[in-house]
Amino acid sequence: MATASSTFEPAAPIHTGPRSFLRRLTDGDEIAHLITLVFASSILLVTFLLLYRLWADSADARHQFGWHFFYTSTWDPVSGDFGALPFIYGTLVTSALALLIAVPLGLGAAIFLAELAPRKISDSLAFLIDLLAAVPSVIYGLLGIFVLVPLMRTVVAPFLKATLGFLPLFQGPSYGVGLLTAGLVLSIMVVPFIISVSREVLLSVPSDQREAALSLGATRWEATWKVVVPFARTGIFGSVFLALARALGETMAVTMVIGNDPRIASSLFAPGYSIAAVIANEFSEAVGNLYVQSLIELALVLFLITFILNGLARILIVATQQKGMS
Amino acid sequence: MSIRTIWRKGLNVVMLSLTGACALITVSVLGLVLGYLVWNGGKSLTWAFFTQLPTPVGVPGGGMANAIVGSAKLLLLASLFGMPVGVLAAIYLAEFGGKTFSFIVRYTTDLLNGVPSIVIGIFAYALVVVPMHHFSTLAGGFALGVMMIPIAVRSTEEFLRAVPNNLREGAMALGASKWKTIATVIVPAAFQGIMTGLLLDLARVAGETAPLLFTALTNRFWSPGWNNPIASLPVMIYDYALSAYDDWHRQAWAAGLVLLALVLIVNIASRMLMSRRASFSR
Repeated sequence: MATASSTFEPAAPIHTGPRSFLRRLTDGDEIAHLITLVFASSILLVTFLLLYRLWADSADARHQFGWHFFYTSTWDPVSGDFGALPFIYGTLVTSALALLIAVPLGLGAAIFLAELAPRKISDSLAFLIDLLAAVPSVIYGLLGIFVLVPLMRTVVAPFLKATLGFLPLFQGPSYGVGLLTAGLVLSIMVVPFIISVSREVLLSVPSDQREAALSLGATRWEATWKVVVPFARTGIFGSVFLALARALGETMAVTMVIGNDPRIASSLFAPGYSIAAVIANEFSEAVGNLYVQSLIELALVLFLITFILNGLARILIVATQQKGMS
Repeated sequence: MSIRTIWRKGLNVVMLSLTGACALITVSVLGLVLGYLVWNGGKSLTWAFFTQLPTPVGVPGGGMANAIVGSAKLLLLASLFGMPVGVLAAIYLAEFGGKTFSFIVRYTTDLLNGVPSIVIGIFAYALVVVPMHHFSTLAGGFALGVMMIPIAVRSTEEFLRAVPNNLREGAMALGASKWKTIATVIVPAAFQGIMTGLLLDLARVAGETAPLLFTALTNRFWSPGWNNPIASLPVMIYDYALSAYDDWHRQAWAAGLVLLALVLIVNIASRMLMSRRASFSR
């Protein structure tokens, strides 16, 4: 009888005190739970450690320079005086240029893919655009140096000087490398992110929104621009934030075409420098505590900015998709 | 037709064709990238590129055999570190996790995915290079491993969640414990998807340069063991492209072609595999 009753015992009794816990332990459930939990927590640990190391390893620089670090523009390793303004300027200008080009281009392409193209064409074009996102950034840098830089010097810069030369933005000599070239390369690199996220967000807009607009006599464009796009607006903003975070942190391609000159010039043709580029160029050769710490502080700045932007972007994208579902 | 109708219809046509043009421009960039690399890289790609060491400055010829092996070693280390963490964390999220903690882990994973690669490089430098007092393969592999974690987690979780619930219930009904269900039913069912996801992840970090600049550094010779600086294809492309020698520029193009071919082939193959699977299950 005893054997019979144990055979018919439920396999996994739930919440019944210490004996069942022991049972689950021998089953391996608790162990598996614990092991996977440890690994899941390790992601939090890595992220926390990342923040802690950047914070702790830049302590001296933060104490020494305080807020001056962000608005002074001396970068002098010899006398140990560091101000990050030229790098912040270069990073912001190149990223802004990238968005200026990538947002209209990406949004246009996303509208085409989500609203106009037949599903099959849309899917295969989206596939090609995903491949574009997979191209390593050092390859964009390679193309930037050998293709885009000569093109900027010989064709684009003379053309811009001739047409828009009255603006200070487009004056001065062009060496090919510079802020404008970096912005252009960046725009190509971030456009796939804008397209793929915006396309998904646009596809999640319920079709009764479109149908209602069309049945009121709106043209296809009016239905898209006045109804569908506003409906998906927050998600599209999310994709832009995502792209901005990419652009701010992008290292290799920018380092290769920006010119690496810590100056603040009004012309977009002038060479500049970005936060990621200065870290890439100088970190392995930096000697002296303060020099290394200043570079780490720059990394901390980059980390915090992208962290916040990505956090915002996720919230916006998820919010839009849920709005479409409800 | 009133003028206003003509205007609206005209605007409709113009704007819609503009969106088409945007899509066309973006896709043609891919064509340009491929075209330039095949054209320039194909010209300089020789057998020696795969089999020989770099020659000293000024001596023509030579190849990047050490960088190819170096990239492979770094990726092996990265996989050994990043994949177990990613997959096990994903199993927790998909099978065990509660609500709040899982949400925090998922959110953090997404944020970690957005951290600039150069910052990950500094992290690996502070955590591995500084205590060891020298640049090493180990440090480079660690940096790439950290970069692999977020995508490994998210793609694995997605494929685990795609496993139909009746498989879980079936296994449980037969009296299998939870971990047995996971190990013998759920993971095998999602295995192909998980593997393609990990392969895509690997292809992504294969092209990463920034995290290697001050962890693995580079090396013009073979790098025995795991404790020496090591060359990798992306870093070689970077160094050679910025050099002043035509011969090195040619080699940079060749290396670029090899790297791009590798990344794109893996991407195309695994995405096709995934979409075929998706159409089966439908």
